[in-house]
Amino acid sequence: MALPDRDLQAAIAATRFGLGARPGEIKAVRSDPQGFLLAQTAPRGVPNPLRALPRDRVEALQEFRQAQSAFQQANQQQDRKARDLRPELNARRAALRDQIASDVLQRAALGATTEQGFAERWALFWANHFSVGAGNFVRTATIGPYETAAIRPHVFGRFADLLVAAETHPAMLLYLDQNASVGPDSPLAQRTARRPDAKRQLGLNENLAREILELHTVGVDGGYTQADVTEFARALTGLSFRGFNAPAEKAGETYFREIAHQPGPRSVMGVAYEVEGEAQALAILNDLAARPQTARFISRKIARHFVADDPPAALVARLEAVWRDTDGALDQVAAALIAAPEAWAPAPAKFKTPYEFMISSWRAVNAAPRKPADLAMLTAMGHRPFYAPSPEGWPDEAAAWATPDGIIKRLVWTQDFAPQVIGTADPSEVAAQALGARLSPATARAVARAESRGEGLALLLMSPEFQRR
Amino acid sequence: MTSFSPVLAPPSLSRRRLLAAGAGLGLQMWGSRVLAASSRRKFVLVILRGAADGLSITPPVADGDYVALRRELAITEAALPLDGDFGLHPELKTVHRLMGAGQGRFAPAVAMPAAGRSHFEAQDRLEAAAGNDVSSGWLNRAMAALGGGSTPEGLSVGPVAPLVMRGDLATSSWSPGRTVETAARLPMLVQDLYADDPLLGPALARGLKTEVLAQANLARLAADLPDASGTMNSAKLSRTLLGDNRDAGRLGGAVAGFMREDEGADVVAVSLDGFDTHANQAGALSRRLAYLDALLAGLQGGLGGGWRETVVLVVTEFGRTARVNGTSGTDHGTASTALLLGGGLKAGGLIGDWPTLQESRLFENRDLASTTDLRSLFKGVLADHLGLERRTLDTTVFPDSAQARPIFGLV
Repeated sequence: MALPDRDLQAAIAATRFGLGARPGEIKAVRSDPQGFLLAQTAPRGVPNPLRALPRDRVEALQEFRQAQSAFQQANQQQDRKARDLRPELNARRAALRDQIASDVLQRAALGATTEQGFAERWALFWANHFSVGAGNFVRTATIGPYETAAIRPHVFGRFADLLVAAETHPAMLLYLDQNASVGPDSPLAQRTARRPDAKRQLGLNENLAREILELHTVGVDGGYTQADVTEFARALTGLSFRGFNAPAEKAGETYFREIAHQPGPRSVMGVAYEVEGEAQALAILNDLAARPQTARFISRKIARHFVADDPPAALVARLEAVWRDTDGALDQVAAALIAAPEAWAPAPAKFKTPYEFMISSWRAVNAAPRKPADLAMLTAMGHRPFYAPSPEGWPDEAAAWATPDGIIKRLVWTQDFAPQVIGTADPSEVAAQALGARLSPATARAVARAESRGEGLALLLMSPEFQRR
Repeated sequence: MTSFSPVLAPPSLSRRRLLAAGAGLGLQMWGSRVLAASSRRKFVLVILRGAADGLSITPPVADGDYVALRRELAITEAALPLDGDFGLHPELKTVHRLMGAGQGRFAPAVAMPAAGRSHFEAQDRLEAAAGNDVSSGWLNRAMAALGGGSTPEGLSVGPVAPLVMRGDLATSSWSPGRTVETAARLPMLVQDLYADDPLLGPALARGLKTEVLAQANLARLAADLPDASGTMNSAKLSRTLLGDNRDAGRLGGAVAGFMREDEGADVVAVSLDGFDTHANQAGALSRRLAYLDALLAGLQGGLGGGWRETVVLVVTEFGRTARVNGTSGTDHGTASTALLLGGGLKAGGLIGDWPTLQESRLFENRDLASTTDLRSLFKGVLADHLGLERRTLDTTVFPDSAQARPIFGLV
């Protein structure tokens, strides 16, 4: 399979591997499209959108939780003081809400402006692979910092490190109920059971164990059983984090809660784990990362994301082989993807998700979202950032997104967006810069014939080739 | 407890009339005749995603093991009374009213064969119902199989198409939101650009058609439901619906509006998520079931007389563990409850057998066991209500499923 000509390669590098071309990008990339992408696979990680440090977030969460408990306590005792405490709680809640909106906005703005579109797409792929969805305020406020601390630094490093970082972050522990999972024979469960006023039995929660196996490592066909899920859940007991009512310097930290751990050796997928305590879960995670099923499952997912909903088997096999040979060195896997001729097939096979569509639209006009309301339409499109519907993350296939309603929503958004951002730019020039050699004669003609600049840009953004990558 | 044996009931009045009308056309034509002669027959599938807890939807109040297994999650005195053996979750007030009027039934121990305990795989199986082939959904195949001039219009609610609706037959989708001016220049120009696009062309055409219906529908709904100031216009209502959908009743009403249109939807799929209650189940489940109930109330109210010709089936991908877990929640299980509602149902209560919660009867010593293949329920409804033939159901709609016999006589 030969590579397409250099102009098409440059357009593909910016639009398929990246998040869409900004003006001048395709031209700049043309001398060495593969090198442009390889330079982004730095093992130190991917640029970070958040200015706020996790420590600031922990403080905001603590202040919120304190205000919340003070209010609830007073409210329960029907204390008139509750009324006076409410404004404080509302202010703390509003502060946290603003921070969450800012996390989303900063991430989108980074996507719209970054010169490393491939690295950003790669990071978004992994954030979706280890998806944490929004819930109550506290959980939603952990998602931005989670992507910052657990995902982005590791996406071009070893998969095992990424896996451990993701599964042990408070956001994931909160999302998949791990904090509340207690070994039935642990000292904590025993002690609670002996209490005469015990309202409920402490016990296992299998959620995290199951999703790690099914979604994060070996995949649903990875050959594990219900017994393996339960054994793994037992091993994970004790993995926990300190709540935001804990003393300031410890709050929000992951730690091993020995008294909640189910004692004894474990056996998961045919491997016996004699080691006890914290090391037990880590040993299992590392073994899962090294399994060939994991290499196969995730290699296919990568190929599906970058190349086609039903990716070429030869490409999947090549990624899988590199993954196994390098022990899951993700920069090497990325390099194998960049080197694969299948990834440079001329036809755009992938339909953009709503987030990708909107980010690439901003990139096309050299703009970025400035306020949370600029992203509001993503909610109507069923793709609100941080609100993935399940631990499986967002769907990645055209069948899920190219729906009648989905297209109508894109049209509605484009109709508003295009006239606002086009300014005095020439839409035909925007089209040439955004799609390069991928611009079809039909779209170029329609854009040139438009009755206004805004209409010209809208036609570009809605064109079949801009909707795909 | 009682057990149900499927009975071939005599045809209902409407069916008898249709049979008379179709006399002489031969059995082969019968299926399509039903729909052609009765173009008002509607079917709504509601999928509760995340594995909804059947033991809370229809709590088995008379089962001696229920309280011991469920402890603080057991719903006993609070349950809305049904037949003495089962109750309904206290939030399911509309469902309770319908069941009291002979317009609702329940199957307390249903599952797909080999559903597994993965949400995503089980949802695929529930919606594709074709072994490992997940390329299309059974609702799409059922509609396509009706064929001829009687092919129903399919509509899914939400910006993302559910698998159950995907397939060869083009269907529509809709969700509340801002509207597009369908007669404006831009949509037409974009349609031109999509003329040769096999994916985007048909999708846009259907979207625009639905948009026309939506605007008429919302205008009417706005007239029916003026807000406090009496000035609810359709654009404002559309935004209200978008919100966070707190007002599920209005969403139900909007869906009913689509179904009432002449060229509107005959077969509708709606998904509700948020049923994966691993921790603190009681509150979370109450909120979601209240939402479901309000949606059903809005749907029934909005359909008006059309409710008599409508069947609603509420299902989930699998049930939850019989025992409460360590976090006042439940984990992934096997069988759950399906609810069947509609103005034209035959009166009756329980569908299928109750396996009981005795320890020896629990599946793998943890889950409520399944006594009824969900496909049998699907097939019964598709046969009796939409007129699909047995052979088509056994082969095309649910491939290799002859052993899952339709439960006839429900409609």
